[in-house]
Amino acid sequence: MYEARKLGIMKRIGLKLAILAMVASTVPAAADDRAAVRNCTWCHGAEAQGYTVAPRLAGQRPQYIMSQIQSFHEHTRDNPFSRQYMWNAVATLSQYDVRDLANYFASIRPKPANDGDSALAAKGKRIFMQGIPEANVVSCYACHGPDGEGVRDIPRLGGLAYFYVKGRLEQWGQGYHSTAGSPMPLVASHLGPEEIEALASYLSFVR
Amino acid sequence: MPGTHSIDADGMNGTKRSRTIAAGLLLALQASILMMVFSISAVAQEGLPSAKSGFEAKLEYCKTCHGLSGQGYLGYFPMPRLAGQQPEYIEAQLKAFIERRRTNPIMFNVAHVLSPSMISALANHFHHLNPPPFGGAPRSALATGKRIYDEGLPESNVPACSACHGAGGHGQNEIPRLAGQLYPYMIGQLAGWSKERGQGTAVDTSAIMAPTAHNLTRPQIEAVAAYVSTLQ
Repeated sequence: MYEARKLGIMKRIGLKLAILAMVASTVPAAADDRAAVRNCTWCHGAEAQGYTVAPRLAGQRPQYIMSQIQSFHEHTRDNPFSRQYMWNAVATLSQYDVRDLANYFASIRPKPANDGDSALAAKGKRIFMQGIPEANVVSCYACHGPDGEGVRDIPRLGGLAYFYVKGRLEQWGQGYHSTAGSPMPLVASHLGPEEIEALASYLSFVR
Repeated sequence: MPGTHSIDADGMNGTKRSRTIAAGLLLALQASILMMVFSISAVAQEGLPSAKSGFEAKLEYCKTCHGLSGQGYLGYFPMPRLAGQQPEYIEAQLKAFIERRRTNPIMFNVAHVLSPSMISALANHFHHLNPPPFGGAPRSALATGKRIYDEGLPESNVPACSACHGAGGHGQNEIPRLAGQLYPYMIGQLAGWSKERGQGTAVDTSAIMAPTAHNLTRPQIEAVAAYVSTLQ
């Protein structure tokens, strides 16, 4: 009786150890061989540096990646490309897949897109750092950090592609949603087209 | 003009009469345009785009960072709770940002465009908000924090916080409310007191806190910060 129970516990521990070993071996090294990562890279690029409308994931804050996957899953992030691609793309991911993907993409070194208008970069930097207090535009730096590096679930913006940042800033003003409770719809509602172009240009060059 | 008057009294010839009618019409047109302009500007002042929104828009701007009910927010930097804050304290700090006695590049930019009447209106608005504390502080040192807050640390020359900030941490006049303040904000302020506050002047009221902040160790700062962050 006692021996049988002991054997049962040992078996269970053995199983847990085996699972732990599998997880440990797949997470850091072999993550990019997995089907989930391959599916992401079709649009986000082989090195996850972004491609046309699909944003760079490399170097993104893992908590932000997880929160966005969650918002696709719950259909709260509802701009056209999210509906068209991301709602289905995340539908079958388990919570462990989500965590592993977020950590994997966060670990890749990000490269700046450099695709903005360099003539607007100085204006964009001024808005990013100081806001436009007279027009009630808040400083981006207060939340996203001095180099747009992000923190926790606040995304890294430095080096993201011009068209992606421009599109996101425009979409908040057009009534699309993202994560619940985000201050961004309020922030973006005070930005005019020229400010958006300047910010998106500046950020594309930030390392 | 007497000449014109006499002609009026005698009756005018046809050309003069039609000219007068034309002039009268022109005046009437001008008057009606002026009235339209005045009525439009009256609408704008009562409200929709410009005047009503001056305060409302500024309030929204503050709340973007400090939270929709003034409860504070964690961005790259912790944005302090303003809800329930003493109006005199808010006004004094905004003035300190403008005069660079309190070093904070973000708040300098924010504050230097605010008129004195706007500052008073904002301070009064935030004073009347009362959301629950932001939360998130570790609970392990709450008892230590409460002891320091209520009794001070006589051996380290730290007076009881409650002596000035009140037993419930609600502050008074220029002495700030601490109740419900964000844990990381409290730590940042107490740990960096003299680097941020009281710059370039000996008469800044923030000098009162300098020795006390200096005499607290890091774990003691964390304990007090955790305790006040839980106060309602």
